[in-house]
Amino acid sequence: MSNDTNRNFWEKLLMIDRRWIYLTIGIVVFVPLLFRIGMPVYVTTEVQNVYDYIDALPEGAVVMIPCEYDPATMAELRPMAYALFRHCFSKNLKILSTSLQIEGVTLVKDDLAMIAAEYGKEYGKDYVFLGYKPYPSVVILNMGENFRKPFPKDYYGNNLDSLPMMKGVINYSSCACIVNINATSGADYWINYANGRYKAPLALGVTAVMATDYYTFLASGQIFGLIGGLKGASEYEKLINHTGPAARAMDVQSIAHTVIVIFIVIGNVAYFASKRKMRNF
Amino acid sequence: MRREVPLLIVFLFGLFMIVQYFIPHAKFAFWYQEFNNWTIIIGIFTMIVGIGSLLSVHYSKIRFRQEGWGYSLVTIVALFGMAIVGLLGGTEGDLFLKLYRFGLSPVTATMFSLLAFFIASAAYRAFRARNVISTLLLAAAVVVMLGRVPIGEILGGWLPRWLQLPNIADFLLNVPNVAAKRAIYIGVGLGVAAVSLKIILGIERTWLGGDGGKR
Repeated sequence: MSNDTNRNFWEKLLMIDRRWIYLTIGIVVFVPLLFRIGMPVYVTTEVQNVYDYIDALPEGAVVMIPCEYDPATMAELRPMAYALFRHCFSKNLKILSTSLQIEGVTLVKDDLAMIAAEYGKEYGKDYVFLGYKPYPSVVILNMGENFRKPFPKDYYGNNLDSLPMMKGVINYSSCACIVNINATSGADYWINYANGRYKAPLALGVTAVMATDYYTFLASGQIFGLIGGLKGASEYEKLINHTGPAARAMDVQSIAHTVIVIFIVIGNVAYFASKRKMRNF
Repeated sequence: MRREVPLLIVFLFGLFMIVQYFIPHAKFAFWYQEFNNWTIIIGIFTMIVGIGSLLSVHYSKIRFRQEGWGYSLVTIVALFGMAIVGLLGGTEGDLFLKLYRFGLSPVTATMFSLLAFFIASAAYRAFRARNVISTLLLAAAVVVMLGRVPIGEILGGWLPRWLQLPNIADFLLNVPNVAAKRAIYIGVGLGVAAVSLKIILGIERTWLGGDGGKR
């Protein structure tokens, strides 16, 4: 008690109960969800590159979009998948998808089917979902030889050769490009094997914290584009002229980031002010 | 023999994997795919070891009523519950999908969402400009945090283009970040190649067991 009364304002600020911080973050996340501000989104080159590449593809080309996200990371990566699926279907491109992360198979399957239904696309003719197989590195390597090796049947149990879309689609060389949406270090396998070994044109969609790791592959040309986190997804939504969940979440993210920066500034001011007091004492 | 046979297997298969990369022949491609499939099959057997280890840890916690034994019980019930439901009704079965959609999915999403609160609290308490290095780190973090969201565009909108937060954030990500990461990746790559060669040639043997496979 006596210790508490001896503390000055800055020291008390440093010792603030963390629940106040949690409450503030809770409010700044929740309120912008109710009242949309509509912050402007600028498009970065790395996202523009993905859009341009897909946009330039001829009708009927096969785009492979393997999605490795799960419920933990779906808030960031699902809007990205929605935007990519919408772009491909609106251009009458065919989508070949897998999910090499076990927790995400049901999510990806449902998401792909939902967007396909929006555009009146037919399973087997316009899109195919291969599903899951363990050991992503080995599966990626085997798909480079022949999709039928790791996936003789698709997720629904159909023989790949019985699906009209899969006629003539042998391996990565049959796909115009691969856009891997990934929340795991499995993205490295796609770079090392799909691009490195089989020379497949590859772009990545990853969570914001992962994005910094992949700028080096963007600079080296191993990936032709990079969609980073919810911001990247909102950029893609802007490019396809579709306001989706990512654009709506940009208000939340902007305000939450600003508040965290304010916390950092306050924390540092309080730290130096209390340090000065100790020195004077 | 306990030591020589595994070493010989690793040597032969390691050598094949290196050689096949440089010989694009149908025979090599066939065996390469076969060996990859073997990897998956062998790997699945490790799941038995994993489940066994998980059960033994949690069973002993429950048996001796150690702190948090209730969570161990939940783990075991969830493990067998999901497996039984999946095996009986299939992964497209109604109950399995309900457990996934209304159980696993919200639980994992909630756990990950809590990170935002912990990051905010940790940033407030630990992110200090104590010296030059930590000040640089802090400044870079603030610029990237603001520069990579729409508000960054608004905050410095009146500044010359090259001084605006998104541009500085892009520079940080594309130049210092790439330079540092590339150095790390090259170092890691060389290290992995060296260790792999040591394993293939039998110089590095710790994978045989704690004593390097000695009898």
